[in-house]
Amino acid sequence: MRKVLMKGNEAIGEAAIRAGCLNYFAYPITPQSEVAEYLSKRMPEVNGVFLQGESEVAVGYMIFGAAACGARVMTTSSSPGISLMSEAISYIAGAECPAVFVNIMRGGPGLGGILPSQADYLQATKGGGHGDYRLLVMAPASVQEAVEMVMQAFPLAEKYRNPIMILGDGLIGQMMEPVVFPDDLKTEPGNKNDWATNGMDFRGSDKRNLVRSLYLDPEVLNAQNLKLKAKYEQMKREEIRYESYKTDTDYQVLIVSYGTMSRVCKTAIDNLLEEGIRVALIRPQTLFPFPEAAIRQAASAKSCRVVMSIEMSMGQMLEDVDRSVQGRLPVEWYGKCGGDVPTPEEVADSVKSFLQKYSKE
Amino acid sequence: MGKTFHKPEALSDAQTHYCPGCTHGVIHRLVAEVIDELQIRRRTVGIAPVGCAVLAYNYFTFDFQEAAHGRAPAMATGIKRVRPDLMVFTYQGDGDLASIGMGEIIHAANRGEKFTTIFVNNAVYGMTGGQMAPTTMPNQRTTTSPFGRNVADVGMPIKVAELLAALQTPAYISRQTAIKPKYIVKAKKAIKKAFEYQLAGKCFSFVEVVSTCPTNWGMTALEAVNWAENTLLPYYPLGDVKTPE
Amino acid sequence: MQSEVMFAGFGGQGILLSAKILAHAGMEQGFEVGWIPSYGPEMRGGTAYCTVVIADKPIGSPIIRNPKHLVAMNRPSLEKFAPVVKPGGVILINSSLISIGSNRPDVDELAIPVNDIATAAGSLKSANIVALAAFVARSGIVDNEILRECIREEFAAKAKLIPLNMKAFDEGVKAAQKK
Repeated sequence: MRKVLMKGNEAIGEAAIRAGCLNYFAYPITPQSEVAEYLSKRMPEVNGVFLQGESEVAVGYMIFGAAACGARVMTTSSSPGISLMSEAISYIAGAECPAVFVNIMRGGPGLGGILPSQADYLQATKGGGHGDYRLLVMAPASVQEAVEMVMQAFPLAEKYRNPIMILGDGLIGQMMEPVVFPDDLKTEPGNKNDWATNGMDFRGSDKRNLVRSLYLDPEVLNAQNLKLKAKYEQMKREEIRYESYKTDTDYQVLIVSYGTMSRVCKTAIDNLLEEGIRVALIRPQTLFPFPEAAIRQAASAKSCRVVMSIEMSMGQMLEDVDRSVQGRLPVEWYGKCGGDVPTPEEVADSVKSFLQKYSKE
Repeated sequence: MGKTFHKPEALSDAQTHYCPGCTHGVIHRLVAEVIDELQIRRRTVGIAPVGCAVLAYNYFTFDFQEAAHGRAPAMATGIKRVRPDLMVFTYQGDGDLASIGMGEIIHAANRGEKFTTIFVNNAVYGMTGGQMAPTTMPNQRTTTSPFGRNVADVGMPIKVAELLAALQTPAYISRQTAIKPKYIVKAKKAIKKAFEYQLAGKCFSFVEVVSTCPTNWGMTALEAVNWAENTLLPYYPLGDVKTPE
Repeated sequence: MQSEVMFAGFGGQGILLSAKILAHAGMEQGFEVGWIPSYGPEMRGGTAYCTVVIADKPIGSPIIRNPKHLVAMNRPSLEKFAPVVKPGGVILINSSLISIGSNRPDVDELAIPVNDIATAAGSLKSANIVALAAFVARSGIVDNEILRECIREEFAAKAKLIPLNMKAFDEGVKAAQKK
């Protein structure tokens, strides 16, 4: 396995191919257009499908159509584009098809900006589209992790017959870092003959398949929603992932942070330790399901005075952190959301001010 | 004496929910007959719209997907690109295709996607209760144009077949109707031709079928047929609008 | 150990490419590396900059406000970024285009007429390689020979450009040694 230096966006495109996904539909939008540029060259080399759709709305349904006939398929976009795809995402979740969506987030609301942001946390984890559905949301903190998560996303999408979202900020897409593409993450798509509209001859069946999300009978629709809910509960049992950093110390402050922001926090934590201030980090790698129990347990440390949600959004993840801590400790927020990623110094200052506040009490 | 009439294999036994005098049932049957004759049922995927035909999948016996409002051509694109060997058609009404889905149908046609669209135009939104459509005739009363369609306010009805035919990409574009037997015979020929072009991997193919909506037009079935013939057909002329080559 | 190098100049001066080659060389030498561009409207003709981080342990924050070193290809870049360089770093000044100094007595300032050297070597387009070679020769941030190989590899698809860039590399190294 050779190590190569790659831009996050290009590595995400390559990771899809290495995972066995040879179908990609997209619409250009900064800061992730390099994925489409890369795959427009690369897909023909592997006899894959590349198509630039006329809008993110259309791309969402190209993904739906392809996924519904059993193909591994991915699209990538950025915040405003994901808003437009959210209609299709709801239908795909409702119709229980596997598909992978990558959101390289930029600042919002509205046209916002094009610089790094995490402002789509709630959109990704709580909905975005209409109806009772959830996405399994994975948040990489490095190009290597983005590659691994993209490769893992396809079998997960197939396991749950549900869309998966990779939620990265602009820096994850724009940075170059060394990556390896782990061969052992290449998977074969499972048998989809029991549900995919892949043609009766193709699957050798006399039974036709139907992909839909329309259930006019209230009892049937309720049952379908209960079935979806059971899948989301299973995700909570089986798919929670997080990283702990310095949680084996007598930390005074617990930070919860993800993506690029968590790396800034790690540097801040190292610097603070040199000043004698002990801080630990829980980095959610899955945002849904959220590592509630891990955060609750970490917030139970006797030495800990305050929990902080540090995010490039205005307290969106704070709600989940607060819910996880369940009142054991005060939960505070620090962040910025204009594209200016907070520096380790700014994070450290914020940590110190809250530590001071809660040490007095 | 031999069997002179049978139900196409591609058509299910379900009784349709369509109103008396509606031509959806006829058009379903034409599609089913063509699919039987071309022996493609076991590799066909249909795409149902949002509108009266939202439950179309109940009346056919092959794979079906159900789209969001107007998005069937994008879904068909997704299927056809990853599985060119499947036969794919969208079945859409005029609210679905000519209003909310105009972007998707134009771009699919312009890319020359190798699928078939059956476009049922009855000049009104049926399922939602008779609202004005982009295809509603001038001065036609609907539940959202109670004084008649005012073209000074909302423009002229859209001739979708001609609009798509204006694209430079080769395509088969035809307009037919299913209101009387003499027209139905021709409509079937056009639908068959459309599927044959797809089968040959030749081009995008599109058949507009001028239809009736007695319920929302506030007419009897017979009045509706006459109104369609006397009012719609002069504005929506029948025949092939464009053929490839 | 962690070093950060900021490359800055006009869009079109090859800033992103020279930064990428340095990151590549760092990786080949076994370091952890990161290449962090500024992206956005400023890429269209204005001042472009890009930061390379080279470290012997996993890189934390990719957000660097105070780099250890600076390669300034034009005057606005020098004026903007010279004040934020850490004491003890190298500031390379493209003296073909910049008539002032860094005004930083606490750094190792290296003024090199990068454009003139590149033009003399065969093409102004290789100015970024001249600057990169001179900077690496002075700072010793990566091994010179590894860097040379990475330049060769970068241009492998456009082989006829290799001799020009090899010459630019040699002249850059030479210029740094003279000072």
